[in-house]
Amino acid sequence: MKKDIIIAGVGGQGIISIASAIGFASIEAGLFFKQNEVHGMSQRGGEVVSHFRISDRPIFSDLIPEGEADLIISMEPLETLRYVNFLSPDGWIIANNNPFVNMPNYPDKNLILENLENFKNSIILNADEIARKLGNSKATNMVLLGAASPFIGIDFEILKNSIRTIFARKGDKVIDLNIQAMEKGKEFALQKV
Amino acid sequence: MKTLPLLGDEAIAQAAIDAGISAIYAYPGTPSTEITEYVMGSKQARSSKIVSQWTANEKTAVEGALGVSYAGKRAMACMKHVGLNVAADPFMNSAITGANGGIVIVAADDPSMHSSQNEQDSRYYGNFALIPIFEPHDQQEAYDMVHFAYDFSEKYQIPILMRLTTRLAHSRAGVTLKEQRPQNEHHLPEDFRQYVLLPAIAKKRYQALLSKQSIFEEESENSIYNFIIEGTDRSLGIIAAGISYNYLMENYQKNNLKYPVLKIGQYPLPKRMISKFTKMCDEILVLEDGYPFIEEKLNGIFETPIQIHGRLDGNLPRAGELNPTIVAKALKLPAKKVYEIPDIIVGRPPELCPGCAHIDTYRALNEAMQDYPKGHVMSDIGCYTLGALPPFEAINSCVDMGASITMAKGLADSGGFPAVAVIGDSTFTHSGITGLLDCVTYHSDVVIIILDNEITGMTGGQRSLALGKLEQIVMGLGVHPNHMHVIDPRKRNHKENVDIIKNEIEYNGVSVIISRRECIVAIDDIREMKKELELQSL
Repeated sequence: MKKDIIIAGVGGQGIISIASAIGFASIEAGLFFKQNEVHGMSQRGGEVVSHFRISDRPIFSDLIPEGEADLIISMEPLETLRYVNFLSPDGWIIANNNPFVNMPNYPDKNLILENLENFKNSIILNADEIARKLGNSKATNMVLLGAASPFIGIDFEILKNSIRTIFARKGDKVIDLNIQAMEKGKEFALQKV
Repeated sequence: MKTLPLLGDEAIAQAAIDAGISAIYAYPGTPSTEITEYVMGSKQARSSKIVSQWTANEKTAVEGALGVSYAGKRAMACMKHVGLNVAADPFMNSAITGANGGIVIVAADDPSMHSSQNEQDSRYYGNFALIPIFEPHDQQEAYDMVHFAYDFSEKYQIPILMRLTTRLAHSRAGVTLKEQRPQNEHHLPEDFRQYVLLPAIAKKRYQALLSKQSIFEEESENSIYNFIIEGTDRSLGIIAAGISYNYLMENYQKNNLKYPVLKIGQYPLPKRMISKFTKMCDEILVLEDGYPFIEEKLNGIFETPIQIHGRLDGNLPRAGELNPTIVAKALKLPAKKVYEIPDIIVGRPPELCPGCAHIDTYRALNEAMQDYPKGHVMSDIGCYTLGALPPFEAINSCVDMGASITMAKGLADSGGFPAVAVIGDSTFTHSGITGLLDCVTYHSDVVIIILDNEITGMTGGQRSLALGKLEQIVMGLGVHPNHMHVIDPRKRNHKENVDIIKNEIEYNGVSVIISRRECIVAIDDIREMKKELELQSL
């Protein structure tokens, strides 16, 4: 078993939370993992990416080689396309379709979405809206994690447990909202597959 | 034994705790910040009464560590690669004094300049100071090496340089821990002159350092961190240092490669081992993150009987970090067909946070500077360096910590008018104070704006040593109270702030304007720190 996952977004969108959820889950599942993160300057509204690798064999490289990612999970459509060189020919894209525009030269949104839909294995969703409807607009990242869950290779229950661990200090209500967000995301993905 | 998911930085921190340090000092700097942050947050460190502090700068961090070592206890000082420039004086001389308690200096290099102004390679510093360097390839090795480094430091009474790069610093993996060992008892050096580097004593100690070199080399020959992996295809031999070993093994795992490998993790370089290795191979490929340090040593000036490939002959890019894809190319593996990134994709540069006080300060400064020629604002290193980018384009330099003030002085000395400096509060106490003293002494015609957000912002919100004492420092250095202003950078104060800046530009002498509003993302932390300060002053 081996899963290489690129998690992409804009600094401040919560991609490190997605990564740590998968991190706790891979420990519970007894798998090897390596998780590379971006700290520092780019966290200020710039492009951020995490390379996440899970395997039942020891993992050497902290970075995923080009063309080998099984999955791109992305909080933002433009940021998704920035890393498609990492995607394997059979890999899946799970991406939020809501652009985060914080630069004057943001490309034509329609062109971005057209490009995304050209990928044969892609699940593009408005994760922001799904999260908002659940009453937790901060849970966009958990909707995406849920949508990606059928492809991660780790049991959904284990992923849910890691949410419980991460949000333990914030109480049951926050945990439940985040788990609901994950379930909605998963539901959406399963309709598309 | 417990296994924890740790960043490379955190593995070093946990190892330092478990190896029995008594103190850790640092100035925050990406990618090294998380080492000291981890110790500060560790219950285990607290209950072991380990001192963990943000210091004024990297120089004071290394000097503090040297003092702990003098007292016979173990110490660590951490910094980013350019921080070692600041600490170079105590670092170089600590090689001559040697150690008493174990001392490890950690430098985290940033090849590809993710968050830095250059990609200098700290191994040159270790080589320069004639001290051993340890360079881990993964998180577990980083953890184990720290223990080994403290033993080594105490056995040979020598400081150790530990070098890692961004990708290991900020990559997480499972690390299995050892039992925590006790700290050293307080014991001063046997020779009370060991640390007195008067020429007569320094000459002797330097000879002693020189005579240890062959011992260090012998240690490298026998180190568990330097080893050869035999291979049947000897048309190429690969020397891989630090994290580049991971990128190489990634390719070995998938492609059934048979070239022999020499993995390097401890310096000085094991010459015999390298000589044996190069003799058994037709050609050599050197993989190392950062500068071509090993490659240069192998190439020398005279022609080598064997071809050395790497960053110098174009087999690998001369600049930037390595990755498994670049290494695959250097191994002449067939390129994978990959999806192309569409042409429409543009970069997304970082920006000041919405609501950031620097935005209001830059708006005021830009308006105040409207009637003057462009290109007269020297700046410094911190979040506010982003003021170089649109929409502000307000600043014209970013060189090293503190350089804004002294460059503005130089600009003024050369007849430039106006000469403005912008510098953060933490950067000011790091290296701006001495520059301001120069300005005051020579009555330089400068306006220095201290962007006081009351925290070290860019690295994620660490305590600023300027908190609660900026005015006292500025006036203590001799700035006239009439030309020191504290302004509140907000929209409603815009006009007033513009006027203050303009008036001070027209004043012929040193002006300091402290533009103070707390960092928008760290308000709670700052309030807590202020409460603490109030309690201390009672």
